[in-house]
Amino acid sequence: MLTRKHLAQAALTLAVGALLSWPGPGRTMDISDAPESIEIDSLSELYGPVAFDHLMHTDMVRCAECHHHTTGTGPASPFCGRCHEGTEEAETVACTDCHPAKRFYAEYLKTLENPELYHIDKPGLKGAYHLNCRGCHAKVGGPTGCQDCHEITKAGEKRFDTGTFAPPAAGRHRPADH
Amino acid sequence: MKEKISRRSFFKGGLAGTVAASVMKDGPAKAAHDFQGYPDAMGVIVDLTRCVGCRSCEAACNKEQKLPRPAEPFDDYSVFEHMEHGQKRRTDEAHYTVVNKYELPEIDHPLFRKIQCNHCNEPACLTSCFVNAYTKTPEGAVIYNPKVCVGCRTCMVACPFYIPAFRYSSAFHARIMKCIFCYDTRLKYGKPPACVEACPQEALTFGKRKEILDLAHHRIRENPGKYVDYVYGEHEVGGTSWMYLSSVPFDKLGMDMHLPREPILKFVKDFLAIVPMVLTIWPALFAGIHLLATRKDAMQQQRNDENGEG
Repeated sequence: MLTRKHLAQAALTLAVGALLSWPGPGRTMDISDAPESIEIDSLSELYGPVAFDHLMHTDMVRCAECHHHTTGTGPASPFCGRCHEGTEEAETVACTDCHPAKRFYAEYLKTLENPELYHIDKPGLKGAYHLNCRGCHAKVGGPTGCQDCHEITKAGEKRFDTGTFAPPAAGRHRPADH
Repeated sequence: MKEKISRRSFFKGGLAGTVAASVMKDGPAKAAHDFQGYPDAMGVIVDLTRCVGCRSCEAACNKEQKLPRPAEPFDDYSVFEHMEHGQKRRTDEAHYTVVNKYELPEIDHPLFRKIQCNHCNEPACLTSCFVNAYTKTPEGAVIYNPKVCVGCRTCMVACPFYIPAFRYSSAFHARIMKCIFCYDTRLKYGKPPACVEACPQEALTFGKRKEILDLAHHRIRENPGKYVDYVYGEHEVGGTSWMYLSSVPFDKLGMDMHLPREPILKFVKDFLAIVPMVLTIWPALFAGIHLLATRKDAMQQQRNDENGEG
């Protein structure tokens, strides 16, 4: 049977727990909260997963370069700042939670018909990864080749008619006539 | 009771019909010219600032459309140097889409342009086809029916973008080969075409034509200085379902900037409207005139014969 003491203890524990976990107003994410590495694999099919060294990248760029306004550190672009300046840490910071994997399928396209929606041009997940990662890499001299980040799979070799699926006559067809 | 039609009234009627038809031809022509495309037609914005020339779209198209195996792997970038008759690569019976590379002296990196059927709102191929082998579907795709095609290849001449290709390699299954927007395997089911889904850079943005046109202008507006303030295909030849954005003037990437804003159809419609009239009225008219002109001789001949016999 529960005594009054037990009840009081439970209430106190709950209160303290809630207080500790409450983020507080205007909280921004701390870099020490960030994971050291992430395996980006949700889209892997033609190419294998990307072993993303998150820690290394946090040393090089501000969180907002990739996480926009979601880490509460203020967006990197002044355009985003028009609405998102001074916004708090968001509930989620994962790419997959905002950038849809099926960006061009009817279900998602339907949501874009909302006349009040500003973000009509939000890239899908694959677009977001490549535009952001490869875009920055091209600027700062990082790796930009497909297989620099992810290795081609068997399915990929089949799709691209390369590797074990390479056409037998490869390389000796149609010499350039210029 | 049979009404008697005199020769004179027959000609009067025929002449009136011809005149009326040639006067009235403006009516239907104008109505058709106002066609702005199907309201729910889909389209694609090709953002040439994003394309990196990876050829993923070519590979995806090849598999989706079950096209012949390529001569070189799709990750072989030496194909960008291939020239045929001094021209860059074009669509052909084995390639519904190709990417070409353009190196401009004023830019420190190469630019790439994907070509495929642009799926015109009022397609010239469709207009030029006298057996109606082409259809513009409400989803926006310009599709082709090989069963009725007679292989005249007029569509290949009519296309302002030089897209339809002919399968010369097969004598028994010769047909036109061109991008059909993945209509029967994907578009019909609310899926994007295979090339769009494959593009890693999201250089291809798929959606309702109306909406992606907004998106294209939005993208120009939100990125000052990044784009030429022009959406190629918004108005070209009456508007196309596939449209382009670029950071450099479009003609530097081999795109024809001298295409009319009106559909090609408009230039030939007046003429085409007369064709059936000429085919139906002229034979009757001239046969009649011929019979009239030779009637006297025929009667004389008959009289002579009768006299000869008598």
